[in-house]
Amino acid sequence: MNSPISSDSEAAASPTSGVAPLLSRRDFLQRMATGIVVVVALRDAELFGAEEPTRPVANRQGLPTDFNAFLRIGEDGRITCFTGKIEMGQGPITSLPQMLADELEAPIDAIDIVMGDTELCPYDAGTWGSLTTRAFGPAWRAAAAEAKLVLIELASEALGVPVAQLVAKDGAVFDPKNPSRRKTYGQLSQGKRIERKVTVKPTLKEPSQFAIMGKPMLRRDAREKVTGQAKYSGDIRLPGMLYARILHPPAHGAKRISLDTSAAKQIPGAIVLVDGDLVAVLHELPDIAESALGEIKAEWDLPKTGVNDRTIFDHLLKTAAPGRVVKKDGDLETGRKQAKRILAANYLNGYVAHAPIETHTALASFENGKMTVWASTQSPFGAQREISQTLGLPLEKVRVITPFVGGGFGGKAANGQAVEAARLARLAGKPVQVMWTREEEFFNDTFRPAAVVKIEAGLDDAGRIAFWDFDEYFASERGADHFYDIPHHRTQTHTNGPTGAPGTHPFATGAWRAPGNNTNSFARESHIDALAIAAGMDPVEFRLKHLEDERMIRVLKAAAERFGWKPAVGPSGRGYGVACGIDAGSYVAAIAEVEVDRTKGTVQVKRVVCAQDMGIVINPQGATIQMESCITMGLGYCLTEELHFSDGAMTDTNFDSYEIPRFSWIPKMETVIVENNALAPQGGGEPAIVLMGGLIANAVHDAIGARLLQLPMTPARIREALQSAPATKPS
Amino acid sequence: MAESIAFTLNGKAVRVNVARDRTLLWVLRTELGLTGAKFGCGEGHCGCCSVLVGKKSVRSCNVFIGDVEGKDVVTIEGLAKDGELHPLQKAFMANDALQCGFCTPGMILTAFSLLRDNPQPTRQQIVDGMEQNLCRCGAHARIVKAVETAAAEMKGGGQ
Ligand code: FES
Ligand code: FES
Repeated sequence: MNSPISSDSEAAASPTSGVAPLLSRRDFLQRMATGIVVVVALRDAELFGAEEPTRPVANRQGLPTDFNAFLRIGEDGRITCFTGKIEMGQGPITSLPQMLADELEAPIDAIDIVMGDTELCPYDAGTWGSLTTRAFGPAWRAAAAEAKLVLIELASEALGVPVAQLVAKDGAVFDPKNPSRRKTYGQLSQGKRIERKVTVKPTLKEPSQFAIMGKPMLRRDAREKVTGQAKYSGDIRLPGMLYARILHPPAHGAKRISLDTSAAKQIPGAIVLVDGDLVAVLHELPDIAESALGEIKAEWDLPKTGVNDRTIFDHLLKTAAPGRVVKKDGDLETGRKQAKRILAANYLNGYVAHAPIETHTALASFENGKMTVWASTQSPFGAQREISQTLGLPLEKVRVITPFVGGGFGGKAANGQAVEAARLARLAGKPVQVMWTREEEFFNDTFRPAAVVKIEAGLDDAGRIAFWDFDEYFASERGADHFYDIPHHRTQTHTNGPTGAPGTHPFATGAWRAPGNNTNSFARESHIDALAIAAGMDPVEFRLKHLEDERMIRVLKAAAERFGWKPAVGPSGRGYGVACGIDAGSYVAAIAEVEVDRTKGTVQVKRVVCAQDMGIVINPQGATIQMESCITMGLGYCLTEELHFSDGAMTDTNFDSYEIPRFSWIPKMETVIVENNALAPQGGGEPAIVLMGGLIANAVHDAIGARLLQLPMTPARIREALQSAPATKPS
Repeated sequence: MAESIAFTLNGKAVRVNVARDRTLLWVLRTELGLTGAKFGCGEGHCGCCSVLVGKKSVRSCNVFIGDVEGKDVVTIEGLAKDGELHPLQKAFMANDALQCGFCTPGMILTAFSLLRDNPQPTRQQIVDGMEQNLCRCGAHARIVKAVETAAAEMKGGGQ
């Protein structure tokens, strides 16, 4: 997977070899001077029927702006594609070349991919929201389809054979009637300089025509990753570089009142930099920088807010905005009158950390007025903009390069470490690496917001849901709306802004894998379960009775069938739970089996069956892996993950008290992809995770007859719920 | 106070001039230029800094460089022999036992140590042996599969 493009002197290391080596803008333009270049603009939504979500206009700057993706076919027949997307484990380093190779009829090994380099790649808002395949994929494939057309036209000219008679395959165009009449892509691009912009919607392959897409494929970066060769931001070395350790306040909102750096300065080689709020020790060895930081004495004025992980929910309800209707139909009052039985509950969910195993890391180098930053980021162009604004540098004087990213889950949409590294590199006049400690990662993270969901719903005589009144507080609108057939319903949001107005949360919050939908789905599916029990019905049957959407019915039935579901009214003592959800355009249903230790209050999830309809599946292996990964990661927010804090100070600083899923937690997982080739590809990186809260809560209820209204379902909460629950029938 | 410390690293004799109480992780990652061992938590909780000392996996963030004097240290970079990947590396690839890959070097070396102590582990023994290594991407099930595959491939050879 070597790139045809020579590497550049300014780069100390090729960040990856699966990704083409670095090259300078000048080299790049020179290379672009020949060959066939096809660009495509994703903004042309009418061409592709999908668009990246609109971000504030300020986020939309960056170069180049008039297209989102492009590829180049070189004289050597190698195809280089450039994208602002990044690889953080979710697999585009494999799936994007796969799409390209298929549409272009080229061998996948002939394709190099350059990702997340702001100088070389077209603008991209960021890698998140399960959008890479869903929104970006069609444009990406269109560029390849267009390139194929160009090649066929060129071949027609060169061979004197009409276009209609030619076939493209395996990186060459030939005449099937006379296969000796054949030109390789490399030959066709020789001495040419052709630039094309996709302006009409090219015909993309139907799933039945897929030769490379739709087939399982080994990850292209696997070898580098198992041999330790894969370079992450912290692995890049530059001559003369220094490692920084930064002084962080003991609590959010703390004000520094004194600072004594004299002892730290005594440590040989240690450089102390103070730039307003930013206090750092630099050293050529990271561990010495760390011990020198320990010598800095600072006093702080600590805030007394009285807000902690127990009082937060009252605080949230107090700061909430008045309800704004997201969706409604029928008339709630009529529904209430029809209801014979009303169930109301408040569902709570705490703050959750992203906790990627790679902490936020960046290396910045400032030379000749230009800042180059290697950063672990989900948003290289966002990092570029933040650095440019903070340092007062023109955008084109900031280059962000994204090596492999060690997990993001939404957390690396925030780029604090990259800005810190850039500030320090300019001050120090030397390259500076910032690698957050785990404690900093747990302090500076943009946490998934704590949230409350209030639901009131009623059943009529016939055991149907008569009304549904749903209010979310800081979970966000995503996934708040339900998909059940209910005559009178209203869904309201009380969240002002993406995660709440300033002052709502005691620290930064942001998007966490399928933002908001986790909390909303936990509440909705728990409440549906409670209604099924009140109606004396099996929870699968009860859901089916309230579903009209064919896609949802199909996934639910698929999950029930694979599980071998036998209807029973809960709590059955079997420990079975079910949940349904929609996220990123995908439909998903799951059934789980759990075992609860009543004395300890612990939950062991034994089996999870998950069925998903995600439209056309480009890479089934990748899709299956993402589903498993969602189930596994989701167990964390179900069972243990919740940030403990008080007055802006974090009690959780490492993985000892903030527990994420481990090997012994992993259930038997069975995934079913429900085929839906009539629909364009939908998001696959997040949907299954939204179910986990409701799924496990329902299974726990089925096991012990106690309903947990708060996530995570810690042993203490389970024991407490057991005390107030009526005794269940034994299984 | 810097001292000269000699040991074997990935089959070659090396000598570093560093303070004995510096951690193995940072000496590997800086002076020795081997970045395969990762920093994930710095306190022994995650295992992504794992390396082999005397063929046993240890958390290099918790080991002083002075303690490996005269010992045999292997990092992920030294596991393949003459370009031929170790069965564990192949099995991780074949089973898609990685996503972001950040935990992968530590997972492979922990598994190496596990298989050396117990060449034919049961599934439960693999789970127990890997329990203290964290993966945020949720690759666990496939990692277990990969260790099983490698164990079968190595036929109890434990190397
Ligand atoms: S970095 Fe050593 S165990 Fe986490
Ligand atoms: S693969 Fe990302 S942490 Fe394990």
